[in-house]
Amino acid sequence: MSRIPAPWTMKREVLVKSKSETDPNFGCKPEDRPYPDLIKFGVINLDKPPGPSSHEVAAWVRRIIGVNQIGHGGTLEASKPEKSQCDRRSADSP
Amino acid sequence: MTGVLPIALEEATKTIHVLLEAGKEYVCVMRLHSNVPEDRVKEVLTEFQGKIYQRPPARASVKRRVRIRRVYYIDVLEVDGRDVLFRIGCQAGTYIRKICHDVGEVLGCGAHMQELRRTRSGPFTEDENSVTLHDIVYLYSKWQETGDLKYLRRFVLPMEKTLEILPKIYIRDSAVDAICHGAHLTAPGVVSLETGITNGCKVAILTLKGEAVALARATASTKEILNMSYGIVARNERVLMPRGTYPKMWRSKTGRS
Repeated sequence: MSRIPAPWTMKREVLVKSKSETDPNFGCKPEDRPYPDLIKFGVINLDKPPGPSSHEVAAWVRRIIGVNQIGHGGTLEASKPEKSQCDRRSADSP
Repeated sequence: MTGVLPIALEEATKTIHVLLEAGKEYVCVMRLHSNVPEDRVKEVLTEFQGKIYQRPPARASVKRRVRIRRVYYIDVLEVDGRDVLFRIGCQAGTYIRKICHDVGEVLGCGAHMQELRRTRSGPFTEDENSVTLHDIVYLYSKWQETGDLKYLRRFVLPMEKTLEILPKIYIRDSAVDAICHGAHLTAPGVVSLETGITNGCKVAILTLKGEAVALARATASTKEILNMSYGIVARNERVLMPRGTYPKMWRSKTGRS
């Protein structure tokens, strides 16, 4: 079977349709966002540890950073579902 | 299972479905249930490249009907006895556990997935931006101590990073607020655009500063959009930028702006 190229190997070119300049008084470059917006429009490239589920890890990050809403891209299942649940129970009880 | 797990904060969660549909890459250890010649294993794994039929495994979060998934590549990295280490690039929704199982069926000896690590999720890879939970705790407390934004910037990336895998359309300042209010993008608003846009494909609309304005669905190809002087070029699907970030430059139909 012939190989299908992976989407991330695709190179795109930018073509100009018309000329225009942007007003520096409004908005800002994504990499220069000031503090609250930095978090509000931010993503984290997390290296998930083994054990807990993706949902648990996302919830921990939410608690660490103290944000209201969080979402993760693509579930990585917990390594051993039965064991992980035991761990969770023991971790929750004092 | 470990590896790349992108986490979107607050407003950036609107971009998460882009990642859910994005291609993934994994490194996997498959354990065979009996000794098989190395060449035979490699041969069978090669057969799993391209379009494959896959029924999601018993423990799955989707309906268990046969689906077609694209496997971009499978590269065997190492074979140690019955353990096979390979790298696989595939479409979203491909179950690697199931691929290992199916490879075992083809070989006739059976096999299972011993270990899995995701090395890519869309534009996110194991690079210098990747952080562990410990890094986050450390960097966040460091930021709280010092108030130096460089600690936050070290692990919180702009959501535009997520949109890297989509073809982009850059628009003029005067069109931004209209899009923020839900308008569709029309040809005069377009300043530049990337190649590879086709009718019906998902695109990201960005300002000239590179900020994400909205996610949209193109209604024409790159070539067509370049030659259009009026009409809708992309239908707004998800607004990402808050209203009022850029000044309102459009007038309502009643005449008063």
